Amino acid sequence: MTASLRFALRDRRVLAGGAILGAFALAGLLAPWIVPHDPLAQPDILRTRFLAPLAAGPDGAVRWLGTDQLGRDLLSRLAYGARISLAVGVLAAVLAAVIGTAIGAFAALFRGAVERVLMAATDAALALPRLVLLLALVALLSPSAPLVVLVLALTGWMPVARLARAEVLGVLGRPYADAARAAGSSPVRLLVRHLLPNALTPVIVATALGVGNAITLEAGLAFLGLGIPAPTPSWGNMIASGRDALVQAPWIATFPGLAVALAVVGCNLVGDGIRDAMDPTAR
Amino acid sequence: MGLVFAVVTVTFLLLNLAPGDPAQLWVGPGAGAADLEAARRALGLDRPLPARYVTWLGTIVRGDWGTSLAQQRPVTRVLADAVPYTLLLSGASLLLTYLGGIIVGLVQAVKRARPLDTALTVLTLFVYGMPSYWLALILVLVFAYGAARFGWPAWLQFPAMGAAGLDADFLTPGQRLLDRLEHLVLPLTTLSLLGIAGTARYVRGAAIDVRQQDYVRTAIAKGLPTPTVVRRHVLRSALLPVVTLLGLSLPALFSGTVFVEVIFAWPGMGRELVGAVSARDYPVVMAATAVFGALVVLGNLLADLLYAAVDPRLRR
Repeated sequence: MTASLRFALRDRRVLAGGAILGAFALAGLLAPWIVPHDPLAQPDILRTRFLAPLAAGPDGAVRWLGTDQLGRDLLSRLAYGARISLAVGVLAAVLAAVIGTAIGAFAALFRGAVERVLMAATDAALALPRLVLLLALVALLSPSAPLVVLVLALTGWMPVARLARAEVLGVLGRPYADAARAAGSSPVRLLVRHLLPNALTPVIVATALGVGNAITLEAGLAFLGLGIPAPTPSWGNMIASGRDALVQAPWIATFPGLAVALAVVGCNLVGDGIRDAMDPTAR
Repeated sequence: MGLVFAVVTVTFLLLNLAPGDPAQLWVGPGAGAADLEAARRALGLDRPLPARYVTWLGTIVRGDWGTSLAQQRPVTRVLADAVPYTLLLSGASLLLTYLGGIIVGLVQAVKRARPLDTALTVLTLFVYGMPSYWLALILVLVFAYGAARFGWPAWLQFPAMGAAGLDADFLTPGQRLLDRLEHLVLPLTTLSLLGIAGTARYVRGAAIDVRQQDYVRTAIAKGLPTPTVVRRHVLRSALLPVVTLLGLSLPALFSGTVFVEVIFAWPGMGRELVGAVSARDYPVVMAATAVFGALVVLGNLLADLLYAAVDPRLRR
């Protein structure tokens, strides 16, 4: 694991992806100190709305990425939006990975009826398009950040469960698993000490890719008006408000969309890089 | 069949075990306890879960899926109107996705590590990361607004709304087909570009794996021209994992379809579902979810048949 991680850190894609994600994370974390304007401020709307990128406002300050239809500074909103997008994406993907690993590991460990029921449920849930499932779930609830994390996790654990089951089954066949069992390890100890550490790499890769998916879907829900509600700036509701002003001010939708695409690219680069670093034939 | 049953069951459980009360949403926050109770009875929510499950299964099997709360017409009619549009859009996109994806992926594998491959790798990586709803907006901006504003030739201007023009009822059948195709261009391009990017990434990997096989080296060594090697030896073996991908990619395709239908006002299942979610139209949400699941299962069945057709080992 550590050796492969060292390989992964030498991979150019992991570095590039990590740099993209790190930049977004830094922008989000430091947002209150580095953004030039208050992301919620609507100063003198008539004179500050629809300012094109690089235009100076009536106060003389340059709006690097322009302003939206309420005169709010897009660069500042983008930085604050990174907080929501990254936090929701990472939390949702990690929670999904935990749920999926637990279900997959239980299925592999107990075999028989438990495994059949768990895997049938996994396959059935996997057959439903994730967005459809998300829509059906948020249809019954009023959206908030913790809820969005929860529904994203509830709709994202299935691929991890299948991966984890396959990996744990593979490790279970190894001699050291037999040795641990013969030495009297309880199933829980066997799982935690021996199986999971050796089955975790594909789960990490899936989680990295899952972060990208969750970011896209979180923004998508916000875009449909079913995500984290305004006025909290999120990339999704920025794209949505840009849709309403697509003709007058195309930049409003363009920049947050680029941000989502870049963040997803970052996640995919990291995921692909780790996967290839783990796979000796691809080195 | 078993999987369809499981999908229907999971849909029911998820929607009924999730916190939140459809009756409450239906009557609104200002309603009194009596109205709420009446709504629960009208929706059948006052009965225990297993009884509701059995009733729901029964109605689904009988084809009576209830009445849409928002549209006051049978759910089956609502969905029957929408399904053909979704199938047209997603089917056409699937076709383009695999055609384009296989071609781009093969080109990359043949030109491996040359500038063309690198450029296409970066391009597909970026397009693959784009959210469908955003790409759709950009296409609208360029080919609907931009094209009209800057006076581009008519064949580069496309409608961004609906599945037919306002005058569609007065057109001859030929013109109507052309009208439908014009309306299909932008939604289809959105879905297909994303699909091609994802598929090409996958095909490239599969084709490169196959190219390193001994029998491909033999084919090259015996002097076959590259196109023949690619067509006869590489493509055939690389197609197998790609067909497997087809079944697995269906849920993602339908997720994309939902966004694209909403943006382009394409009157399919996704737009119906989003509308139903906003209107708290519970029966339509349940039915649309189940139908999407059933479509995925059916698509997987088709993929299995296709797999048998592509893999000679499974033919007997």
